[in-house]
Amino acid sequence: MSETAEATAVVKEPREPLFSSKNKKLLSDPLNDDNPITIQVLGICSALAITVQVKQAVVMSLSVLVVMIGANLIVSLMRNLIPSRVRIIVQLVIVAALVILVDQVLKAYVYDVSKQLSVFVGLIITNCIIMGRLEAFALANKPWPSFLDAIGNAAGYGWILIAVAVVRELFGSGKFWGYQVIPDAVYDFGYFNNGLMILPPMALITVGIIIWIQRSKNTKLIEEN
Amino acid sequence: MDVNKNSYIFTFSAILVVVVGATLAFAAESLKPMQKENVRLEKMQNILASVKIESTPEEASAKFEQYIVEQVLLDHTGTQLTKDGVTAFDIDVVKEFKTIDEDKRSYPLFIFEDGGERKYIVPLAGKGLWGPIWGYVAFNGDMNTIYGSTFDHKTETPGLGAEINQPDFQDKFIGKTIFEGSEYVSVEVVKGGTDVSGDKHRVDGISGGTITSKGVGEMMERTLNVYVPYFKRSQKAAL
Repeated sequence: MSETAEATAVVKEPREPLFSSKNKKLLSDPLNDDNPITIQVLGICSALAITVQVKQAVVMSLSVLVVMIGANLIVSLMRNLIPSRVRIIVQLVIVAALVILVDQVLKAYVYDVSKQLSVFVGLIITNCIIMGRLEAFALANKPWPSFLDAIGNAAGYGWILIAVAVVRELFGSGKFWGYQVIPDAVYDFGYFNNGLMILPPMALITVGIIIWIQRSKNTKLIEEN
Repeated sequence: MDVNKNSYIFTFSAILVVVVGATLAFAAESLKPMQKENVRLEKMQNILASVKIESTPEEASAKFEQYIVEQVLLDHTGTQLTKDGVTAFDIDVVKEFKTIDEDKRSYPLFIFEDGGERKYIVPLAGKGLWGPIWGYVAFNGDMNTIYGSTFDHKTETPGLGAEINQPDFQDKFIGKTIFEGSEYVSVEVVKGGTDVSGDKHRVDGISGGTITSKGVGEMMERTLNVYVPYFKRSQKAAL
């Protein structure tokens, strides 16, 4: 990945600058104006399933980041070779291969986390964000913009996931990253962890609240009737 | 070059599949030793957990060496047997119990010792609602009273059957006995919500996870049955 970046960097003068305003937008748009979860409402299933604890959310976000960068780069490099009639299957094969790789690496290096993520790692294959970016962006763009687009979208996905997980872990189990943060004294006063926070419906409500806040702050997103 | 020609599509697909297949095969093979090691350490942790010894993956191996003083292999009649180069730990009971010839199966037993006190740990394997379930039951020195247990599962329903790997369920087995007098009766898991207070041979199952709970009872009854002759002999020897 970094080789591509360097190769582009060496010959950057005659072309458009690496971080032209257009390229910067590729990174920043998915964080807010064009967020894959809150605006495009993609990848919701994993946002509900994997946000009970912050640690899982972080590992899931990193896994999606790796798969997304890999898939976007490979598809972008092969964009002129892929026959359009079989492009979806080709994309699927590439994504699936990368996901299996990630799964194998997790099993070898962070076994306990891989056990918790279990089926959800496999489900990255069906994460609509990845296929969506391949189809909408990587197939038509050069590797460098595709690389930025992957980082942008994975980050946009990741920050929502982590934000939801922080809220759910804090109110659901009184912890952050597995460590207790709400002191015992508060529990002695009669405070209870909110059991509903652990369940998937609360993730949907939390995402809803994030969308609400985002729409009220971001004037571009306010729809006029 | 016309990328939409049939011949091109076939060639392209064939090359892609071969390249992807080779990459994955290579990655799987090179990561296998580390994955196996993780599974091995987890097994040690589970065995130790049944006798209430908490351990991290890093210390599991050392603690296992320290506490598990003897590993015994039994055949299906409960007679002790020796196999060259195979310890009880090497036996994967989930696979072993699938062997069709019953007399070819080996049944492992782990003997734990701490401060002169011995516990006998029996690995179990059976089936839940959706897939395999397994676990370890530890008996006190009398080979009758359950000291602790751990269960785990592959694909039971989260929140229902999957609760068998939670302490709430596992702790219910503590203090139950598998012999009534000298007769083997095992421990039965009954439908969730039944009052079993004071009953030495019955455990309250998980409401909504009845089939998984029954599966736990079934695998205990069936597996422990094999160990009964060994237990009885050892009990007699102890007297």
